[in-house]
Amino acid sequence: MKASAFAYARATSVANALEMLTTYGERAKVLSGGQSLLPAMNLRLVAPELIVDIGELTELRGVAVKGEVLTIGALTRHADLLKSREVAAHAPLLKDAVAHIAHPAIRNRGTIGGSLAHADPASELPACMLTLGATIIARGPGGERRIAANEFFVGIYETALTPQELLVAVELPVTPKNSTHFFHEFARRHGDYAIVGLAAQASIRDGRFADLRLGFFAVGDRPLLAESASKLVDVAITPAVLIEAASALDDELDPLEDQQATPAMRRHLAKVLLARCVSLLLARPDLGAGAPA
Amino acid sequence: MTSERENPQTLSALDRPNSYIGKTVPRPNLDRLMQGRGLYVSDIELPRMAHAVFLRSPHAHARIVGIETSAAKQMPGVIAVVSGRELSTVVTPWVGVLSHLKGLKSAPQSAIAVDRVCWQGEAVAAVVAASRAQAEDAAEHVLVKYEELHAVTDMRTALDPATPVIHASLGDNLAFERIHDAGAVDLAFAESDEVVEAEFVFGRHTGVTLEPRAVVADWNAAEARLTIYQGTQAPHMVQNIAALHLCLKESQVRVVCKDVGGSFGIKVHIYADEMATYALSKLLRRPVKFVADRVESFNTDIHARDHRCKGKIGVKRDGTIMAFEIDDLTGIGPYSMYPRTSAIEANQVVNLVGGPYVTGNYRARARVVFQNKNVMCQYRAVGHPIACSVTEGLVDLAAMKIAMDPVEIRRRNLIADDAYPCASPSGLRFERLSHHAALAKLVQMMDYDALRAEQAALRVKNIHRGIGIASFIEVTNPSAAFYGVGGAKISSQDGVAVRLDAQGSVICQTSITEQGQGSESLTAQIVGSVLGVSMDRVRVMLGDTDNTPYGGGTWASRGAGIGGEAALQATKVLRKNVLDVASAILQSVPGELDIVNNAVVNVVDGAPRIDLSELARIVYFRPDTLPPGVQPELMATRHFVPREYPFAFTNGVQASWLELDLDTGFVKLLKHWVVEDCGTIINPQLVDEQIRGGVVQGLGAALFEKCVYDERGQLTNANMADYLVPMSGEMPDIDVGHVVSPTLESELGAKGAGEAGTAGAAAAVTNAVNDALRPFGTIITEIPLTPQVILTALRRI
Amino acid sequence: MTATVAIALSVNGELVEANVLPRLNLADFLREHLKLTGTHVGCEHGVCGACTVRVNGDIVRSCLMLAVQTQNAAIETIEGLSDSGEIADLQSAFRERNALQCGFCTPGMLMAAQDLLKQSPCPDRERIREHLSGNYCRCTGYQAIVDAIESTAWARRGRRP
Ligand SMILES: Cc1cc2nc3c(=O)[nH]c(=O)nc-3n(C[C@H](O)[C@H](O)[C@H](O)COP(=O)(O)OP(=O)(O)OC[C@H]3O[C@@H](n4cnc5c(N)ncnc54)[C@H](O)[C@@H]3O)c2cc1C
Ligand code: FES
Ligand code: FES
Repeated sequence: MKASAFAYARATSVANALEMLTTYGERAKVLSGGQSLLPAMNLRLVAPELIVDIGELTELRGVAVKGEVLTIGALTRHADLLKSREVAAHAPLLKDAVAHIAHPAIRNRGTIGGSLAHADPASELPACMLTLGATIIARGPGGERRIAANEFFVGIYETALTPQELLVAVELPVTPKNSTHFFHEFARRHGDYAIVGLAAQASIRDGRFADLRLGFFAVGDRPLLAESASKLVDVAITPAVLIEAASALDDELDPLEDQQATPAMRRHLAKVLLARCVSLLLARPDLGAGAPA
Repeated sequence: MTSERENPQTLSALDRPNSYIGKTVPRPNLDRLMQGRGLYVSDIELPRMAHAVFLRSPHAHARIVGIETSAAKQMPGVIAVVSGRELSTVVTPWVGVLSHLKGLKSAPQSAIAVDRVCWQGEAVAAVVAASRAQAEDAAEHVLVKYEELHAVTDMRTALDPATPVIHASLGDNLAFERIHDAGAVDLAFAESDEVVEAEFVFGRHTGVTLEPRAVVADWNAAEARLTIYQGTQAPHMVQNIAALHLCLKESQVRVVCKDVGGSFGIKVHIYADEMATYALSKLLRRPVKFVADRVESFNTDIHARDHRCKGKIGVKRDGTIMAFEIDDLTGIGPYSMYPRTSAIEANQVVNLVGGPYVTGNYRARARVVFQNKNVMCQYRAVGHPIACSVTEGLVDLAAMKIAMDPVEIRRRNLIADDAYPCASPSGLRFERLSHHAALAKLVQMMDYDALRAEQAALRVKNIHRGIGIASFIEVTNPSAAFYGVGGAKISSQDGVAVRLDAQGSVICQTSITEQGQGSESLTAQIVGSVLGVSMDRVRVMLGDTDNTPYGGGTWASRGAGIGGEAALQATKVLRKNVLDVASAILQSVPGELDIVNNAVVNVVDGAPRIDLSELARIVYFRPDTLPPGVQPELMATRHFVPREYPFAFTNGVQASWLELDLDTGFVKLLKHWVVEDCGTIINPQLVDEQIRGGVVQGLGAALFEKCVYDERGQLTNANMADYLVPMSGEMPDIDVGHVVSPTLESELGAKGAGEAGTAGAAAAVTNAVNDALRPFGTIITEIPLTPQVILTALRRI
Repeated sequence: MTATVAIALSVNGELVEANVLPRLNLADFLREHLKLTGTHVGCEHGVCGACTVRVNGDIVRSCLMLAVQTQNAAIETIEGLSDSGEIADLQSAFRERNALQCGFCTPGMLMAAQDLLKQSPCPDRERIREHLSGNYCRCTGYQAIVDAIESTAWARRGRRP
């Protein structure tokens, strides 16, 4: 199938892009890497009147560290994140996560801004934003808005962005030196969207979690920063504690049914991930064997 | 187990000096494909060519109340909008039945639906425009009013009296039923120490050729001739059918088939939209191109393997298998596919169950029912994966029950290698198989005992691995028994013409076709070897009804065995003719001369006498210098069809080694082994790669692939993101070994190898998963083995 | 507003100027306008990899890029890589190993394989399988392709240690 006809505009500046978005509103679509938008258009699932190509706005591209803040431009490609020394040093979780996104040719065009704006609940990067406590920076007709990641994702393919706004960057606090992370997802094939995934960041002191942030994805209509993580902080982890945390996690989940898995399976796999994550981070093989029921 | 050939003269035809037979030689003409310079149908562009797009039914079953096309006709670039009724003036409907499948019934099917649509995806109108995109734009403006009808979707209830009948004229939804009863089944079960039963469920599957179906039809009104460029496995069949339904003579239809981006049985049928494209070209008097897009491919390429099969096995405590019984049910969609019919798959299941084993006690019932889903028909290894999974699953269950090793139970029951010729419980005649030699080789290749030890050692560490074995038989080289006897105009013979050109090179025209199996290569290898010329001197032409002898094409693992033999026989004649001329020129006798390395040589000392290029020069340009009366004939044609056996059966055995994650239900394939016996091996590399490719299609079925329909008959995963095909990351390395038992039906001795891999792969994987599950008291007899299925069986969810 | 847009780009080293409709994707532009039919289309959704080409040195899915986005870009297709001789050794390894059957996936496979070999000169089999994980082949079962890439990697390393 071929895409429906549309008009095309190559934005010359952020201001120029915003002007067009203001005029066209929902009839326009921003084009970044095109790796989610174009498949949908080729299936005629979406048929925008105007495509606003922001691909040449170089000011939206790149990774920078200033003080304790890592800023990633919206147009930074998955492949750039994978290669970035700043990301490897200051947000290693992100690097691990990106390796799970699609395939090399797709990572060469897909962008972080596109991925976050697209807000697929099975995507890796939105969950990482929650885990890492990111701030998403949007620019609209009324100026710049800073949106906390946990307020940004509001549903399947739905974000806090208005059709007139452009996601321009994300800011992440630099990960503390003694912090550690875990990233894993269950996908049927290499590069597939996850059935369930977990992006976790933790600091550990004397065999206990001093801090633990668990960002689950593909467990509901949006990524989830699990509150049940608190049950594991500042306590000695025993199988019983883990089971309690898992059951608290269960209460937080609201998984969807799709081709790959029923909600029950997603709940189960989320708990398996929780156990494996805790076991690995604490180097406690005894905790990971077998999922808490 | 290489059999000795009785006739030393035939030995020489294959085992001549510099023979290519049995050697790995690279396929000719691969550069074309590797440089992106092939010519696939999707690449073809002709002057004035228009693009057809089909508007397809969103409903599984509905009456067409009205079609409003006026708005669409006004859209930019639109040439025509054609309904089924309009097209029916150009192309007649068809019924997909064959007389030898007794009782098989189906309803007339039209190129484009006329009053009623019977599956989601059936075409209701065609839009022809200057570009595909414009045709799609216009298709959005064709307004079809439907009245939805009840969709029959569940094969299990399709025959219930309460279920509506899809085609009233047929009386019920039963397309075909076959019952088979051999030996003394009840007695055998009564005498068994253990009887095990299970129901095997198979996911609906499809071929997913990377190049979708594509056709360019070019009606030349002035010549009154239709040229069809189509990626098909059977050009002469397409010619016959197109002529029949467009009311033309076969001589008015030419079918050309250049490069084909994968076929696997998907492209051996004639689809309604292809027939419509031929008709549109005739109607509009211009070339029309139709290339299915991926969504259309899922909705309209034939599906296969949607079976539920109950199986029962009886076994003695000493491992003797006493009897098999099956009850197979399959839903084929609303029509039996044309012209090969959709009853063959179930028929094959009945034919093949129990096939490798000695027991003669076998009862089977197969029922084929209509439903409102896409049509099912023959896809690579037709029926084999079902039969193999049921048989081998039952054998493993029996072994488990009597606590016998899976290899051991097979050793005790496989037909002995010296028992041939003999027949299977379903009456299939086996010329010569090698089950025991194959199993022995497999056990050695995989180091079975070491693997069992490793498995046991890992169990203790909570790592659960499984070994699965699956023996199989495969139908190859079919004679007219497959289709011809049922009235289908599908040739079971193939022809090859070879001629020496004026520079002493060979031009070879064959009726078999190439979709990557290596037909071109194996033909050139045979011709080069038999004639005594180097392969680079042999040019093979195929895929053109105007320029090749008449024949069946490439399907059912027949290219090498049948087309290869025709090539051998034709080349033998050419060789004799060349030597006759040479002896006239050289004043020698043919018996003293041979052809080696592109030259005529003395038999005794191998001394070169005359180059083929010089001989050709004399024949074509200076015949006046030949002795009086000599009329050289440097072209020869031969045809071949197996006459003795209806099918040349092959056999083999596969093994899978995998790891199961009990927490997640994920299966990791670690290794796969195949030993097979396809008789004479013309090119070992080609055989091995056919096997590997076939295995991976079977692994796809085992773990990933399934067309998921909802209860309203909607295919819910009609795209490549949701229908999971096997990709490189999850596939194991596959070791292939061979046993060689040539068929004596042909001088070449080759049987087929194209489907063996697919036949047994899923059975091996399922048995391995059940082997890994052994300590957990659960058995799974359903594929694909998704994490969902496995976790459910383990009661983890 | 849906009028054609003028673009200028380089394709296999040649300057190309064209007026294209915005909706035309790069794969169709290459195939239908430039008649470079070595770039194949298998799904149009980025899933099969048959349409893989190189844009400014990076492999991308040409079905998921608009022709209008290639303004000033340097595109390389399988025809270009073949003519320059850049992948002659890889192609010869594919031939020797029969790493293609129908050949429909092959241009995309070669693109992905060369991309890998440029990034990592000695990939193990798992890494090769991973890098090809977005390129579908229905015919070969992948092993021959992995073998051919592995042997090319070995050979290239031998040449420049
Ligand atoms: C085969 C395949 C497999 C994939 N697998 C995965 C996977 O496993 N995990 C995963 O996360 N992703 C996967 N993806 C998607 C990929 O990561 C995309 O790159 C990403 O989701 C979207 O990024 P993009 O730059 O391509 O966005 P685009 O496709 O250009 O845009 C996506 C959406 O976001 C909007 N948008 C884009 N940029 C902005 C902006 N700056 N401001 C406001 N709105 C904007 C667009 O209008 C559009 O609606 C896969 C894609 C393919 C084709
Ligand atoms: S056609 Fe582009 S990835 Fe399949
Ligand atoms: S060779 Fe046919 S798809 Fe790869």
